[in-house]
Amino acid sequence: MGERTLTRMDLSEAVFREVGLSRNESAQLVESVLGHVSDALVAGETVKISSFGTFSVRAKGQRVGRNPKTGEEVPISPRRVLSFRPSHLMKDRVAAGNKG
Amino acid sequence: MIRSELIQKIADENPNLSHRDAERIVNTVFEEIIDAMSRGDRVELRGFGAFSVKKRDARTGRNPRTGDSVPVESKHVPFFKTGKLLRDRLNGKE
Repeated sequence: MGERTLTRMDLSEAVFREVGLSRNESAQLVESVLGHVSDALVAGETVKISSFGTFSVRAKGQRVGRNPKTGEEVPISPRRVLSFRPSHLMKDRVAAGNKG
Repeated sequence: MIRSELIQKIADENPNLSHRDAERIVNTVFEEIIDAMSRGDRVELRGFGAFSVKKRDARTGRNPRTGDSVPVESKHVPFFKTGKLLRDRLNGKE
């Protein structure tokens, strides 16, 4: 497990193989896909990709945290966090592929 | 936003591509990520986030209806960590 780390390059290589555009265009399209997902999330939308998963934005209220080194209490400001919920298909394929 | 809307956006801004191509591009991106994780690989998309696989140890679960203990085998689950740039953008820091 943890054999390899894929990057944007690997995704654009896959688009290049699959669609037959230039490497440059493929890289730009991968960027556009990630850009549109990011923009929708920043706008507060939920992004639901069927058979992949759902990205949603949750608002968290202010809370009191602690500096683990000094034990000092510090306020943590309210913030928006992203959560990803994998689809059943993704969970099943990841579980099946990494068995044993 | 759902998958078909994302495909439409890609098709709209690339008039040189057929709708079918836009569909294949979007599907390939997500398919590659699932493929990588099912091989145990990690996918790191700087600024967006990273998809990885985590191992969940075997545990004793319980049937919530009957309260019986049932053994749950160890398994691998997908995990996503938001990238710094996207996390900052969500909080108004561009």
